[in-house]
Amino acid sequence: MTKMKSLDELKAIREKLKNNMSVRNEDEGVIKVIIGMATCGIAAGARETFNAMSEKAIELGMDNIKFVTAGCMGSCFAEPTVEVQVPGQESILYGYVDAAKGVEIVEKHLKNGALVENLIIGQPFEKA
Amino acid sequence: MSKYRMHLLVCGGTGCVSSDSMLIVENLKKQIKANKLSDEVQVVATGCFGFCEKGPIVKVHPDNVLYVEVKPDDVTEIINEHVIKGRKVERLLYVEPTFEQRISEHKDMPFYKKQLRIALRNCGAIDPENIEEYIAADGYQAIGKILSEMTPAQVVDTMKLSGLRGRGGGGFPTGMKWDFASRNAADQKYVICNADEGDPGAFMDRSILEGDPHSVLEAMAIAGYAIGASKGYIYIRAEYPLAVKRLKIAIGQANEYGLLGKDIFGSGFDFSIELRYGAGAFVCGEETSLIQSIEGNRGEPTNKPPFPAEKGLWNKPTIVNNVETLANIPVIFLKGAEWFSSIGSAKSKGTKVFALAGKVNNVGLVEVPMGMTLREIIFDIGGGIKDGKKFKSVQTGGPSGGCITAANLDTPIDYDNLIAIGSMMGSGGMIVMDEDDCMVNIAKFYLEFTMDESCGKCTACRIGNKRLYEMLTRITEGKATPDCLDELKELSMIIKDTALCGLGQTSPNPVLSTLTHFYDEYKAHVFEKRCPAGVCQALSVYTIIEDKCIGCTACARVCPPKCISGSVKKPHVINQDKCIKCGACLKACAFDAVDKK
Repeated sequence: MTKMKSLDELKAIREKLKNNMSVRNEDEGVIKVIIGMATCGIAAGARETFNAMSEKAIELGMDNIKFVTAGCMGSCFAEPTVEVQVPGQESILYGYVDAAKGVEIVEKHLKNGALVENLIIGQPFEKA
Repeated sequence: MSKYRMHLLVCGGTGCVSSDSMLIVENLKKQIKANKLSDEVQVVATGCFGFCEKGPIVKVHPDNVLYVEVKPDDVTEIINEHVIKGRKVERLLYVEPTFEQRISEHKDMPFYKKQLRIALRNCGAIDPENIEEYIAADGYQAIGKILSEMTPAQVVDTMKLSGLRGRGGGGFPTGMKWDFASRNAADQKYVICNADEGDPGAFMDRSILEGDPHSVLEAMAIAGYAIGASKGYIYIRAEYPLAVKRLKIAIGQANEYGLLGKDIFGSGFDFSIELRYGAGAFVCGEETSLIQSIEGNRGEPTNKPPFPAEKGLWNKPTIVNNVETLANIPVIFLKGAEWFSSIGSAKSKGTKVFALAGKVNNVGLVEVPMGMTLREIIFDIGGGIKDGKKFKSVQTGGPSGGCITAANLDTPIDYDNLIAIGSMMGSGGMIVMDEDDCMVNIAKFYLEFTMDESCGKCTACRIGNKRLYEMLTRITEGKATPDCLDELKELSMIIKDTALCGLGQTSPNPVLSTLTHFYDEYKAHVFEKRCPAGVCQALSVYTIIEDKCIGCTACARVCPPKCISGSVKKPHVINQDKCIKCGACLKACAFDAVDKK
């Protein structure tokens, strides 16, 4: 580590790390992105999707997103599946999300609030 | 960069470490490797979560699930169930005692619900041995902002505006202290962090240093910039090895990153920090003694004035701030003085950390806004009195404080209110007592402590406290004369008025406050030779209940002075003249036939 000489250098380190720390974010207001990572999801490339999406979020400097990995979400025909929960809005379930499409979701839905219509496979199931 | 999908936070505070939490970390890492999950799951040893009663604590993110009383052997189940299959391990969740419900998220637990964590914000949330986690949690942003945008005078003004008062005991406004030191011109000034936490039962400073050492370093640098000091010392007791270790790591990392040392952020401001170890003398928590000790002299107080802000370490202007005080400071500059002063009561701003101990269900470290009532702290957060017993008193302020009774349970707690009801904030120790505690004995306990810890420099403290202790001993042994209560009070007042430093001036407080609130208990000891709580051994009377005694001779056989007589299968009798009140008969009797009064 070379000694940092400006506040900008510190901020750069913070931005790089903040995304990893977002897993520990306990605020109610964060956007939750749930990625199905059961055996089926991982086999279909969910790991790559997960990495690509979180890297894109770092790049865009978004630290209000919490990536959560879940088990099988049931839509095995459409793996990898990604659910987006924006506080105060209905959850959206996306299917067939490979790494490139994951990046598209981050750019369009998470960053700009526009749904990626062609990837939506429906509303997630009701929870008890 | 691959991102960890799951973070397992394990408490690495001294309390949990002594219950094998480091073995939990080791087991987790081993099994994560064995399951080829090293790229996906991160294990972090953090600082104290505060819920020490239920330690060791393991927290799983992003699910925000808190496991309590985890043992190293539970690791396999956590990995197999939670990490791999995503199912909570129900049996390790906290059970809420009233409704016996299992609660997984900390924010739903009564213990955490009413807390507001400012000084403890990073404890239990980040890895204290990794500066990057502190940076990710906005660390060193405050000093960066200050060095690039603010003048030292503006820093002092912000501190004054925030209303922060010293958390070490006295409650002196921190901004004012900085102001005095900044006005005194000198070629060298010093910032000292007082980490000589000595009150029995208090452990917030240790937990902050163990859980978030960088926040203290950052605050010291801010203080240095404000008053014009380039050098800082942390005076820490050698009995805190884990805190010392983490501080050393933190100072090393901060130097490496250029966040301490020469020309910080290219601003031209230099600040370096060194550690100084204390041998554990209570009086060295008093600032003038502490300064003497750093200089290599005997830890004895000196007269004030001159105050350290004028002539402190090596006769240079010096500020001495406590650990918890410092831990609040970086946030004040990030969120603003107005934000900080909006929390708390009229004259006490912000929060206070209390070390909750004694006869309370949830022993631990709690941080609450100033102005919360004792009832909320003890009954809501603390979960009430152990074993359903009755609340009797709570002692705050350590050996310098006093006992508060049920009548004041609804008093909002801040610096001034505590003094008004005969106690003080002190460093935030809070020892809860129930109906089984003898208040004379409690006063004696604290006096024994101050008597041992008196440095001996002034007569009032050296001899006065010894005499006070002897009087209390006579009272608990039933040997006191009728006028001793007046003598006790008079001597207490004399010590208070004439002792040299804060230690001596406050040492009679436990006596005076118990005399005020529990005079009846003193009277029972002196005039009736009786201890109402049944604690003072010498005053207890053991008798055998004739109807219950079956004459098994068990008591007679264990009685050391052989003062129990009676023949087999006939009720026995204790000879009160010879009885040494040891209680052996009570323990030996299997038929509840021995009565203790």
